[in-house]
Amino acid sequence: MFVIVVGGGKVGYYLTKELIQSSHEVVLLEKDRGRASQIADEIGSVVIARDGCEGKNLAEAGCNRADIVAAVTGDDEDNLVICQMSKHHFSVPRTIARVNNPKNEELFRHLGVDEIISPTRMILGAVEQDIPVHELLHLAAFEGGELELIEAKLLGDSPAVGRAPRDLDIPQGCSLFALIRDGAAMPLRPDTTLQEGDKVIAIGPTECQDILHTQLIGGEGVAAGA
Amino acid sequence: MKSVIIGCGRVGATLAENLEAEGHQVVILDVSTAAFDRLPANFRGAAIRGDGTDEDVLRRAGAEDADLFLALTEGDNRNVMAAQLAAEALGAKLVVAKINDPVRAEAYADLGIATLCRTNLMVDAVRRYLGLSRLHEEGVREATGHHPGGDHHAEPQSAAVGES
Repeated sequence: MFVIVVGGGKVGYYLTKELIQSSHEVVLLEKDRGRASQIADEIGSVVIARDGCEGKNLAEAGCNRADIVAAVTGDDEDNLVICQMSKHHFSVPRTIARVNNPKNEELFRHLGVDEIISPTRMILGAVEQDIPVHELLHLAAFEGGELELIEAKLLGDSPAVGRAPRDLDIPQGCSLFALIRDGAAMPLRPDTTLQEGDKVIAIGPTECQDILHTQLIGGEGVAAGA
Repeated sequence: MKSVIIGCGRVGATLAENLEAEGHQVVILDVSTAAFDRLPANFRGAAIRGDGTDEDVLRRAGAEDADLFLALTEGDNRNVMAAQLAAEALGAKLVVAKINDPVRAEAYADLGIATLCRTNLMVDAVRRYLGLSRLHEEGVREATGHHPGGDHHAEPQSAAVGES
């Protein structure tokens, strides 16, 4: 396959290198002459030191016979124009754009870019998966701060899922008294089986928060109940 | 008429001043506040610092449903992207993008954006001065097509703003 890569940053450089290794025909367009010659020294004469946004340069790179154009510069507007010019002016069958602002994905798709890669969105997805956001949510304090009203959202890994409050090791003076399930509130009875996604509303002394955390959220509670 | 201008260079600032003086509502954006020094001291339109290729910024600046959207920054691609955002996502009615690369200018006219190509304009100005024939159309090139898949169908409406 004949692939034109536009943008010789880290992404463009490694992409070009990998494509050559898998024996594709590749041309890399990089407008910075210094950077272009540096890459050419390492991977050979596939580099053209020209601005890939300019129609004339795309034509010279052989855009009208390219199977794929991959626009991987650091600027969304450049990547959009490269893909649109390739698609509409040179009839390239497949265009790929790197998108930095995840909000631009929809516009790019709407404007006919075939494949949209958003590193920001990917990293965001990974961050949201990996960081445990399930903490006890403090709703209110009573008795001069002695008692706290909390909400605990039960995720799949919560030790309380599939169990009822009477099976949990809840310290004296704490009360698990209400439940929000599917947006509706209901009283939490000792025999109510808890489900993933439930929000448990509890009240108890401040010093019992760690135990409640261990029982309802799981993980490292400081003072895990026996 | 609600007008949004991206890029407060000489052309952008002058047009903002003209349009505002003629009684139109004008919002002008630039990434640099220093650029707003080009506006007259008595300019009563809105000058907002921000990236005109960012949809959030454009919405916050009130670019939705603009009657006129002019993309006049120094970057062809920034203009192309801002113009397409305005036309496709923000419902701007008349959109003009300055595109100095003649190949891109022609391509985007076919894709539904009225374009203004300084290269062609100046080449023709010099040729005319030398008594040679004009090679390009005069002024703004009307959109000659519309974007495949796009919602925006360009209608010639340049009469709404007068001579370009």
